[in-house]
Amino acid sequence: MPELSFFILLQREFTIASRCTQQFLLPVFFFCLVVLLFPLGLSPSPELIQTIAPGIIWVATLLAVLFSLDNLFLEDFEDGFIELLIFSPCSLPVLLAGKVSGLWLIIIAPLLAISALLSVFLGLPVESLSTLMISLLLGTPILMFVGAIAAALTTGTQQNSMLSTLLILPLYIPVLIFASSAVQNAATGLSASPQLYMLSALLVLTLTLAPVAISSALKIGLSQ
Amino acid sequence: MILVNWLNKIASPQRFYLFCGKWTPWLSLLFFILLSLGLYGGLVTAPADYQQGDAFRIIYVHVPAAWMSLFIYIVMATNAVVAIIWRIKVAEVSIICCAHIGAYFTFLALVTGSLWGKPMWGTWWTWDARLTSELVLLFLYLGIIALYNAYEDKRSASRAIAILTLVGVINIPIIHYSVVWWNTLHQGATVSKFDKPSIDTRMLIPLLEMGVAFSVYFFISLFQRARNEILQREFNSQWVKELVKEKSNA
Amino acid sequence: MRDFIAMGGYGFYIWTSYALTFFVLAINIIISRVKRRQILNELSNFHQTQAPVKDE
Repeated sequence: MPELSFFILLQREFTIASRCTQQFLLPVFFFCLVVLLFPLGLSPSPELIQTIAPGIIWVATLLAVLFSLDNLFLEDFEDGFIELLIFSPCSLPVLLAGKVSGLWLIIIAPLLAISALLSVFLGLPVESLSTLMISLLLGTPILMFVGAIAAALTTGTQQNSMLSTLLILPLYIPVLIFASSAVQNAATGLSASPQLYMLSALLVLTLTLAPVAISSALKIGLSQ
Repeated sequence: MILVNWLNKIASPQRFYLFCGKWTPWLSLLFFILLSLGLYGGLVTAPADYQQGDAFRIIYVHVPAAWMSLFIYIVMATNAVVAIIWRIKVAEVSIICCAHIGAYFTFLALVTGSLWGKPMWGTWWTWDARLTSELVLLFLYLGIIALYNAYEDKRSASRAIAILTLVGVINIPIIHYSVVWWNTLHQGATVSKFDKPSIDTRMLIPLLEMGVAFSVYFFISLFQRARNEILQREFNSQWVKELVKEKSNA
Repeated sequence: MRDFIAMGGYGFYIWTSYALTFFVLAINIIISRVKRRQILNELSNFHQTQAPVKDE
């Protein structure tokens, strides 16, 4: 019953999240603060802020996802949960995909709400809002799954967060480029569909390959 | 069949160690011959470029270094596949050696590119698609090295970087094309002066010679580094003990 | 000869990039040679301390 095991892990993430809500809201606060820093660091001029708004939102999203992935597997690793998963009859990639998807579902709703609000603050036209939402929906799972690979790779080592950041960020570049240029196009009244198609292609590629990479990376960490 | 047999033989760390030792002097000789031919051709006989004058001569170190930075990643990814599927020790060792050499070449490609850009574009750095993706490549190499150093057990470390290398090899084309797209989107006016429809053979031949010379250099350095790693990993085996005894007596 | 060094005014850039390239390539080889000597020394010491235990 591989489908079922996927949902069990997904549900488990929700259970954990409901017990410590704060931990899962922190990335969203972090997101707000990063966005706030840009106007303060540059200038309050609306034209400038509006032109770089897609970039700001996407850089902030990227950092928030990074932040939420920090020590993704560490707790499960230390209390032996990952070992249980490895020895379970269900396929490990499916189980881990369930875990990461659960985390994504928890984070995405507040992130969507808050970025809609902030896009108004940053002066993005209302027409581009739907594109922003779609790009977030397509882009953040990629960020999550790719980030989970790096989190899994660093689980077995002593140094965690800085190292996984160094490993992940280069791999985030395509998402950043396509997503922010989609929003940019939408803001200037152009069609954003090429970028969104690209993001969808990347999403499919990531969803197919990343779980396998995550599971083999975790096995290495376990053999340490 | 002969090739498979040969590969089976060479996959043993001891055989590979001896193989590297035997070939290094010959490769060094080849390297110096090619290097002197390439340098003489590039710096002396090649005519000055009609547009860039003598500044184009940086091509003879810049372009081979950039080629090598990609070529080494391909070699590294091949080793990663072999290391993951067959768990061959020599392949595991080679990955990290490749990463170090690749980082050196990528760094060189960036710095020489910048030194070429200064007289040609007027700035040390532009957000040109190739320069940017080369910079990303450097970070990929550095990430691989950092991950390797973070693990205590070197066999696990090798398998971890093998996975990271494969993730990278899928991503490199995507990163490259996304950066190209980003670049054409934002600064369509930049004229890439490197795109030449035709190149004089007197210019091209030294370039190829330097390219081959750098690849030979890569194998020399790979062999040296792999020998070091193998000695460290196999320190407890009989052949290493005998070899070390021999060396310390000599 | 002077023309050769001046490289049509681009001498600085050309010679810096060539010097840097060969410096880095040389350093890379030198580092691994030094490391090899260190490893051989360390292993030789290590094996000598190990050897008596094995003989007994």
